[in-house]
Amino acid sequence: MILSLCIALPAATAFLLLLLPRLAAQAVRWVALLGTLATFIVSLVMFANFRAGEAGFQMVEKQPWIASIGVDWHLGVDGISLFLILLTTLLSVLCIISSWSSINERVKEFHFFFLLLETGMVGVFCALDLFLFYVMWEVMLVPMFFLIGVWGGSRRVYATIKFILFTMAGSVLMLVGILYVYFHTTDPATGAHTFNLLVAMEQAHYALEVQRWLFLAFGIAFAIKVPLFPLHTWLPDAHTEAPTAGSVMLAGVLLKMGTYGFLRFCLPMFPLATMQFVPLISVLALIGILYGAMVAMVQKDIKRLVAYSSVAHLGFVMLGMFALNIEGLTGSLLQQINHGISTGALFLLVGVLYDRRHTRLVSDYGGVAKVMPVYATLFMIIALSSIGLPGLNGFVGEFLILLGTFASNAFYAVLGTAGIILAAVYLLWMYQRVFFGEVSHEENLKLKDVTLREGFVIAVLVVLTIWIGVYPDPLLSRMQPSLELVLSRFQAAGVSQLLVP
Amino acid sequence: MIPVSLTDIQGVLPETIVVIAALAVIMADAIRRGHSGALLPVLSVLGLAAAGAAAIFLWGTSGTVFNGTVFADGFASFFKVLFTVIGILTILFSPHYLKITGVRLGEYYALILTAVFGMMVMASAANLLMLYLGLETMSISLYVLAGSQRGDVKSAEAGMKYLVLGAFSSAFLLYGIALLFASIGSLDYEVIGTFFASDFHPGPLLVSGLALLMVGFAFKVAAVPFHFWSPDVYDGAPTTVTGFMSTGPKAAAFVALIRVFGVALAPASSLWSGVLTVLAILTMTVGNVVAIRQTSVKRMLAYSAIAHAGYLLVGIVAGTKAAFAATGYYLSAYALMNLGAFAVLILLNRRDEGSYRFEDLRGMGFAHPLLGITLSVFLLSLTGVPPTAGFFGKLYIFSAAVEQGHIVLAVVGLLNSAVGAYYYLRVITLLYMAKPEGESIIVQPAAYRFALVISALLILVIGIFPEQLLRVITLAVP
Repeated sequence: MILSLCIALPAATAFLLLLLPRLAAQAVRWVALLGTLATFIVSLVMFANFRAGEAGFQMVEKQPWIASIGVDWHLGVDGISLFLILLTTLLSVLCIISSWSSINERVKEFHFFFLLLETGMVGVFCALDLFLFYVMWEVMLVPMFFLIGVWGGSRRVYATIKFILFTMAGSVLMLVGILYVYFHTTDPATGAHTFNLLVAMEQAHYALEVQRWLFLAFGIAFAIKVPLFPLHTWLPDAHTEAPTAGSVMLAGVLLKMGTYGFLRFCLPMFPLATMQFVPLISVLALIGILYGAMVAMVQKDIKRLVAYSSVAHLGFVMLGMFALNIEGLTGSLLQQINHGISTGALFLLVGVLYDRRHTRLVSDYGGVAKVMPVYATLFMIIALSSIGLPGLNGFVGEFLILLGTFASNAFYAVLGTAGIILAAVYLLWMYQRVFFGEVSHEENLKLKDVTLREGFVIAVLVVLTIWIGVYPDPLLSRMQPSLELVLSRFQAAGVSQLLVP
Repeated sequence: MIPVSLTDIQGVLPETIVVIAALAVIMADAIRRGHSGALLPVLSVLGLAAAGAAAIFLWGTSGTVFNGTVFADGFASFFKVLFTVIGILTILFSPHYLKITGVRLGEYYALILTAVFGMMVMASAANLLMLYLGLETMSISLYVLAGSQRGDVKSAEAGMKYLVLGAFSSAFLLYGIALLFASIGSLDYEVIGTFFASDFHPGPLLVSGLALLMVGFAFKVAAVPFHFWSPDVYDGAPTTVTGFMSTGPKAAAFVALIRVFGVALAPASSLWSGVLTVLAILTMTVGNVVAIRQTSVKRMLAYSAIAHAGYLLVGIVAGTKAAFAATGYYLSAYALMNLGAFAVLILLNRRDEGSYRFEDLRGMGFAHPLLGITLSVFLLSLTGVPPTAGFFGKLYIFSAAVEQGHIVLAVVGLLNSAVGAYYYLRVITLLYMAKPEGESIIVQPAAYRFALVISALLILVIGIFPEQLLRVITLAVP
């Protein structure tokens, strides 16, 4: 029940909004806030009920949906999806608060689409039915399409169409893969084909040749979402043009749908192919890390810089995942959460500045630390977390990733470390130009520091970065059993000798 | 002379009701001499509703009537209901359109009814000659409807072009039928089926007969490279008629394709399924790619109609019961979304008839919420985004193809639907993401709004809960 509630609450709130009068913007905001808050509380209850130390799915729900073709409303949560769901519900609340005064046009429609987006994203992480997963995966496109296209920046239409076309091209291939798996999965109870993911995983003993095709069919869809170099070109446009809340959700959650997909489908179902694709994906991830960092360095637009930093960070996530050992996997999953928190916060911070000055160009700022000291402090902490300073969350994730990568391929790890240095360069250089020095533009003298509302939103994320940085164990202990289960699929497939301990 | 029994009459009850309604409409028009007001559309809708009810009442029967020439089975009933729905929706959209275009034609409604009658005969034909009769009844009504806007050059051209090429393709079909008759000795689907199921010899007569039959069908469903007539005809015809033509007759042609190629000729599939695969790939790809380049929304939808015929052909190639059920589902969904899309466009077109420029749609989504939302639902469904019916139909068709090992076909088809996303979503971006050009007042008659809302809701309902409709169709598939 609890997972269904997590999915249904935002959608129900969205339709409730439609009943409110068009001009009641304030009422719309409150209802949306209460809806997301209620969803977040429900997800906390789910977290409280989650039994740490168990690898399998918990709180499983199963109801027939389209019985004649074996589709169920089948939900569950394990150590892999648990924190991604929490991240989604938390960021949703924060986004609604952060949009309080920055979204003033078509307020009702904005919140309607935003809530539908939340439903889709939670649904993706909960679905244990391939069909349901695909539906949620696609459903979430429509609200995102509108969020970028209606409330976005000046090149919003171009960005949103590009985003949709990239995603759709990938996902139709995944659909063929899903159908192939469906026709090779038989429900033992009924003897009919089923979309049940658990059964599909159990019966996934495909020949290497088939696995390779299936890995590609699923993997290209996921790689576009991640995004893996060279499929990343939609990301800078979409992230930059989207309204702040949209960018936060894109970077914070949407990209994780890709990495989650690899972890949930490609690795456990196609282990032999995964082994073969390790060099390719690791190299692409490394290119992403270095290329993303170097392109970020030369950006004039702060938001675009943050967008490119996502390419680099997600490269780390992929690198760790395809180390295929427990350190790498844990680091990869933790880094997904970390990236959601710190990049989400960076977009929120950029949004704060943009709301005041309506420009995001680095050259339009300078000396901001003098006029906005609190803001500058918060920005610093988040930037350091993104760089991976020890004591903050990013360090734990990157350390584990590099540890895992080093064990499987030291050369990759060395190159990856270079990426960390570059991250320090582009973020700190940008920080220096924006915050230090004299106030070079007169308009900037009157900038107001963060309001209580803005400060609260960022502070929540700052607390999380410190907490995870100091004491990551509650996360790691819940993640690891499920990740070990994924690794055990490799042993079962007879590739254990290839795995570095 | 074989005596006609009560069962025979009962088997064609829906057809009979539609013909009576058509005659009543003609009479009423003649008596009232053009001052009939809402009488004609009301009469037509009632007639179609009664026919639909009769078809539902006949649900559960099986076998043939009229000495084995007419099917009285669930598959026929299902499509008869679909045809009446298409007819009713078209008529609900028509009075307003006829008023704004100034077409005063009492026969308009009668012709819609006779076209529906023709489609019904096609759906229940169990004999190639019966099929041909239905096809011609339908086609001749459509020729007139396409050219019914006499003052408009494009409409006149559409009517003429349709007549010439339609007659041409009918000739192909008829010649194919004749050659098949020459080599088999019967026109009954059943006899043809047993002939091909036995150890037959594919002689030149037989093969050329099959080829001609296929060309005839390919013309009728506007499969590439036999599609050249359709963009001009769809573009030139009155828009309500375009909506009608692109859904009803297409569905009727596909039922016939299923019955003839999918069932009767199934044992000989090695002779034709390769050709059909190529046709399907060409049709999807050309339709979608050319649709991107259009400057008129109406013409874009004409090409999109071609692309959708390609998806439907995949169902015929797959050739299983599930594939035919999928085709039936898709045709139903397609009818709702395509008719609806044309209907909204009629209201949003603010220039002279026949322009349908993309620019006219700028900012209309927020200015006219009902039209914006319904058109978005129709377009998202045409794109194939869940949870709309269009998504489920596509999924079901391509899953049948994957099941039969036609993976390349499925990949091409689905990649095509990503191409389709570009031009459908472009319309939505104009609706919601572009600044409107000044104020616009759009008259939205109640019947019109009603039909739009019902269509959009149905698309969502059968998309989210496809189980019931799917079960009904699966039961009906021959």
